[in-house]
Formats: sequence, C-alpha cells, structure tokens
Amino acid sequence: MSELSVNHLLGIKELSAQDIHLIFETASQFKEVINRPIKKVPSLRDITVANLFFENSTRTRLSFELAEKRLSADIINFSAASSSVKKGETLIDTVNNILSMKVDMVVMRHPNPGAAKFLSLNVNSTIINAGDGAHEHPTQALLDAFSIVSKHGDLKGKKVLIVGDILHSRVALSNILCLLKLGAEVKLCGPATLMPKYITKLGVTVSHNLKESLEWCDIANMLRVQHERQDLKYFPSIREYTKQFGLTLPMLDSLKKEITIMHPGPINRGVEISSEVADSDYSIILNQVENGVAIRMAVLYLLASKNKMNFKAD
Amino acid sequence: MIKKELLSSKSIEIILNRLACELIENHEDFSKSVLIGLQPRGLILMNRILEKLANHGFKNVAHGALDITFYRDDFRRRDAPISANQTKIDILLENKKVIFIDDVLYTGRSVRSALDAIHSFGRPSEIELLSLIDRRFTRELPIQPDYTGKQVDSHASQRVLVTWKEQNKTDAVYLIIPENE
Repeated sequence: MSELSVNHLLGIKELSAQDIHLIFETASQFKEVINRPIKKVPSLRDITVANLFFENSTRTRLSFELAEKRLSADIINFSAASSSVKKGETLIDTVNNILSMKVDMVVMRHPNPGAAKFLSLNVNSTIINAGDGAHEHPTQALLDAFSIVSKHGDLKGKKVLIVGDILHSRVALSNILCLLKLGAEVKLCGPATLMPKYITKLGVTVSHNLKESLEWCDIANMLRVQHERQDLKYFPSIREYTKQFGLTLPMLDSLKKEITIMHPGPINRGVEISSEVADSDYSIILNQVENGVAIRMAVLYLLASKNKMNFKAD
Repeated sequence: MIKKELLSSKSIEIILNRLACELIENHEDFSKSVLIGLQPRGLILMNRILEKLANHGFKNVAHGALDITFYRDDFRRRDAPISANQTKIDILLENKKVIFIDDVLYTGRSVRSALDAIHSFGRPSEIELLSLIDRRFTRELPIQPDYTGKQVDSHASQRVLVTWKEQNKTDAVYLIIPENE
C-alpha cells in the first residue's frame, strides 16, 4: 500500500493527486466508522495532539477535536485569546514549550500566511495546517472535494464554480489547487475588487456575472465575505453585493440543470446565500460537515502512520 | 521457490461441505448466528460457506464483512501502512453468536484485532473462529480455531497461498517454500 508523500499537511500545493486519492479512500472507511453504534477506533491511542488555535474557529476546531477523539488520541487545546501569546511569547517558543510536554502532532490555525510551514521547519513535530491567514486551508478543500466525489462519483471534467471573496479566502485557494489536481474545471465569480490580480495564472477562469456562471457549472461553492480581513471597502454595500452575487432559490430553479450547492461555513444567511437555498435539496452543506470529520481522521491517521515508533533507548 | 499443493479444488469442495455441516450442527437454525468474513481474504470463503448453507436449506443467514486495519497492533511499526477495506455490518451484534471466517490462521494477531473491532457493533453472546487453513506452531497469541479445514505444519519463512476461482484462478491451497530450505 502507498503512503502519503509528505510528513506534514501544510497545504494542497504539496500534495500529489495520488495523496489526495489515498486520503479519500481512507476517509470513506472512516465515514463508515463514524456511523457505527460505537464510533471509535484505537489507532492513535499512543498519540497526543495539540490543537493550537491562534484565530477564532468553531467548525474546524470541533471537527478536528472530534476526529482526534474518534481515533483515541489524547488531546490538548489551546486558544490564543487566553494564553501567554498576549504576553509577548514567540510562536516557536509557545510551540516548543507545548512539545516539551511530549506532544506528537500539532494542528494549528494562525492568522499569518506561512505560519504552518514556518513551524514545520523549526520544530520537531508533525504539523497539520488548519488555516494560515489568507493562504491555505487544506482539510477544508479536501472535504469539499470529497463531498463532490461522494455525490458525483468523480471530479474529472466536473465544472466547479467558486463565488465570493476570493482575495481573502484560504478556502478558495486550497479548493482551486485541489480541484485542478483532480481534473476538474474551475471558474471564479465575484466583484473585481475581491479577485486577486494574477489568479488566472493558476489555470482558472474568472467571471463577474453570477447567472451566466451558474448556467456553466455543475457545482457551486459559495464563500462568505471576510469582513474581518478587509482593511478597506471593496464594494459599496452588502445590499449591493447580495443583489449581484447572492444566490437565491428562484435563480436556481430557473437554471436548465440541477446544480449542487456547497458552503464551507459560517453562512451569512441572506448575504451570499439565501436561507431557502441553504436549507434546500440543492445544498450539501451538512454533508460537508460530516465528511469533514472523516477527512480529518484520514489525514491524522495517515500522517501518524509515518511517525514511526522508536523503542530504542536514548 | 517451490510451490507445493496442499489442497486441490476437489478437496476444498469436500472441506467446505464439512465445515458447513459442522456449523449447522452447532448453530441449529442460525436465527441467532452471524457470519463475519474478515477482510480482505475471509470474504470469498464466507460467501462459499453461505452457498453451502443455502444448499442445505439455510438461506438468508445473517452475515457481514469486518475490516481490522484501524485495530492492528503494528500501526506505526510497519514500514508501510495497510490499506483499509470496507466494513459492512448492518445488524446489531448484541447477544448474537458471531462466527469469524478467515482463510488462513497464522499468528493470531488479525483475530485479536477482530475481537477488538467487533465490539463496536454490540456485545456478542459468543464468538467462534472458522479457518480454512490452520498453520499450527506459528501462533503468537493464545488463539485457536473452532472449525478448521486443514492443519498445516510450516515455518515462518514459508507462506500459505489460497487461490479462488472468484479471482480468476482455480480453487487451491499452496505452500510456498523459499529455494534455500
């Protein structure tokens, strides 16, 4: 059997298509595990994982925590708001202090792009990136692609539309890289001000017309406008954004074919997506959440398997 | 490498019939029994046994497939991890008589993992083990089969190979002996 080509999960960029397929195959088996009467396997019982969240998170943190518990790992949680980071400690010092407590893996979310990579170069532990600034959010992209594969069978030749704040979105970048590696076609749609200048260099197309883009796609992934990362006004008003890029049920019903709607959460109902769409049969938003736990179990399991036991005396 | 035939397709046929009869003797109408094939290779054997049971009038015997990958005791010790296979157990095993089915019983470690894994589906009233080949003298754990097709004496350096017609080969069991022995 094959194993992952990487020792850390820093981003989709570092993964091969083969790695992604291996993660999907393993995740399918874990999806069965989490639907059993007893939803736990002992694989990671001798592993300790630190969840370091230097930025707010609900879904990702809970999903990782649940995945770790389902694999029987011991876990410690840390959030920046209530820690010594506020007292001026550097990232390496914080993490090395935690590692001295004999921690094997680190799951980290951090507001700075590249923080996970930086950590992997400077500390001796397996690092999983749970989002680094506007850079990458690999497990989200994996669970999104896995959700599409679960519903549509394959990604090859599928047309995927990503709508919204592409400029500030780590979900968008990881999704683009992942979907292209698996052979999908990707189109981005959103206000010109929220579109990175050289994004087409990645091999995607850009549109500013939501209706036309929806006619083109098989799957639409609606992203949230990231107000917290916006240092200036990128569009006149939320009302205007919703009018141009908000997805509504009449719009979906008017299309020639049925498309699948995704959203990584948190949803701003009535802004990028209307409540009726979010709760409709078009949407697989809650499947994404379930798949998230299975994908994170697969990532943790496959990375832990590369971290070999060492019984030699020091 | 020397390939020695231990069982021909004809003798496998006789053994499968006998194993089915032994199960019928102990499980009466199978109303409380569940056959569990251990992935990957126990599955074909289980389906054969189910066929034989059906021939004897025991149709629709409850069964499932169990994968033990996530319960192995050599995780993080092997060079490369083993791929997981599908587990498919649609019934609760609480108070059921479970029969594990695998083609070769060697060290006993897979069966230990299976004993661990099966409890995710309830607490069976008893668990038995059926094995086509029992490699005696190579056990690493105190585990013995309840139903055995054939006992084989072999060294750890040798390998027992079971082939099935479902895999586009003939039904047979071989002992693979390395050249220098």
